[in-house]
Amino acid sequence: MSHVSVRGLWKEYPGQVVLERVDLEIPSGEFCALVGPSGCGKTTFLRMLLGQERPTRGGILLDGRPLVAEPGPDRGVVFQRYSVFPHLTVLENVILGREFEGSRFLGRLFGARRRAAEEEAKGILAAVGLGDHLRKYPAELSGGMQQRLAIAQALILKPKVLLLDEPFGALDAGTKAQMYELLLRLWSERKMTVFMVTHDLKEGFTLATRVLAFDRVRVDPTDPGAYGARITYDLLLTEKTAVQARLATAGRPRETQDRHGTQVAAL
Amino acid sequence: MRRIINRRPGRGGIVFWGALPFLGAAALYAVASALRLAENPNDKLLPPLSAMAAAVARIAFTPDPRTGDYLMWADTLASLHRLGLGLGVATAAALVIGIAMGLIPYVRAGLSPFVAILSMVPPMAVLPVLFIVFGLDELSKVVLIVVGVTPFLIRDLAMRTGELPAEQIVKAQTLGGSTWQIVLRVVLPQMLPRLVDAVRLSLGPAWLFLISAEAIAATEGLGYRIFLVRRYLAMDVILPYVAWITLLAFVSDYLLRLFNARCFPWLKAGKGSA
Ligand SMILES: Nc1ncnc2c1ncn2[C@@H]1O[C@H](COP(=O)(O)OP(=O)(O)OP(=O)(O)O)[C@@H](O)[C@H]1O
Ligand SMILES: [Mg+2]
Repeated sequence: MSHVSVRGLWKEYPGQVVLERVDLEIPSGEFCALVGPSGCGKTTFLRMLLGQERPTRGGILLDGRPLVAEPGPDRGVVFQRYSVFPHLTVLENVILGREFEGSRFLGRLFGARRRAAEEEAKGILAAVGLGDHLRKYPAELSGGMQQRLAIAQALILKPKVLLLDEPFGALDAGTKAQMYELLLRLWSERKMTVFMVTHDLKEGFTLATRVLAFDRVRVDPTDPGAYGARITYDLLLTEKTAVQARLATAGRPRETQDRHGTQVAAL
Repeated sequence: MRRIINRRPGRGGIVFWGALPFLGAAALYAVASALRLAENPNDKLLPPLSAMAAAVARIAFTPDPRTGDYLMWADTLASLHRLGLGLGVATAAALVIGIAMGLIPYVRAGLSPFVAILSMVPPMAVLPVLFIVFGLDELSKVVLIVVGVTPFLIRDLAMRTGELPAEQIVKAQTLGGSTWQIVLRVVLPQMLPRLVDAVRLSLGPAWLFLISAEAIAATEGLGYRIFLVRRYLAMDVILPYVAWITLLAFVSDYLLRLFNARCFPWLKAGKGSA
């Protein structure tokens, strides 16, 4: 279970309000895409969900309890960059979570327990298509492979919530399509709640069950930092056909694939 | 004609151009030495190679009549012992303090101004203090190296640790790592090669401090010997000693580089031919 409630959230940096009055109820298992103009506070919002950053006001509840104010194993994350450890091989990167869990003092597993962790990791790596690259270092992987590794690494501890910050920003269309398929499969298997920041609206509508658009409602021209962004649209996409119709009236329908692999006109 | 910035030497060319300054310097020395000796056969300033070879044979391969030691080896051993001890202590201290400063905000807040000031104290200026406090024997020489090198190593390592992408540290926490586990599995392995590089850079200063301390108060050691025989203008001993010290420093630098390449294969991963 991983129900996320955001209550009256404000975030201010010195001289700048980034987010104001964000209220959200995200039921367990929802796939949320966060979209919005650059600099409006999407990453900041993700950081607060992660516990890396504290809200100025308001709070976030995970299953009714206040979120622990530091990153922990219940929330997995994939950043745009630097998500994997350069000094560990692909396999070592993925078993690290199990090693932390199983060996408090050394952070290292040996013997049968290590083999068990490796077997588990190999399963996940095969799922992300890295089964043939277990002994490589991240620097020897392509950008897309590194992102897949980061996802595998984040998944081994079966987090309740998965946070993705523009995870596919640097990938080509073909690899992206592969990753979409992978992510949706894992999401439906694991029943995690997913928050994904993206600049690609099409990506958001393809993957998500819910699209959250961040934007500033009020702008004070003399003091650009005076007002923060809020959630301006909260679109539930469970009924894709309804969305389709809504978007069709907005004009320019374009072909895209939804998560069931069927062609859907969206955006 | 292509521009000179686009013309590169081949394999043989690199060896040739690399050897050229060495050969040039040797030739220059031989000529200057021969000229001076032609004028005055007892000239001590630029001894011929044969005299240096004889001096080395005397101090390195025949036992000293007074003590029965092979002086050059005894000196080398004494100096390397001090240097190794000093650098070892400095490296260990830097590893602990540097990583703590780079990773733990409270330690950084507490120590960084202090270390910043400490690193500005000229080590040679406190040498008399060291002699007074630690006496004239081994300890004060080792301490001088430690005092001279540690602040640099700490600051370098703290900066490198601070430069680790925040994403990595957050990521490790989302994998359930405790502070200790993160230090052990994420920070330390990535900082060790950086530390080795910093030690390589501080080899020069370490030798400087060692030889200075030995010059002032010692009964053996490479620096002690050089300053002892200076009284007799014994250039035939001094020059081979300088060459020997240079060689020792060069070899230790090379070995440390080799250590990094061997022990941290991920450093080179993905960079060109693997
Ligand atoms: N550590 C910080 N200190 C001060 N201001 C910050 C800090 N981090 C972010 N900001 C400000 O907060 C605002 C939102 O930043 P954020 O990174 O959340 O944007 P974003 O929506 O993720 O943008 P992008 O789509 O370009 O990644 C920016 O205007 C930025 O200047
Ligand atoms: Mg961002």
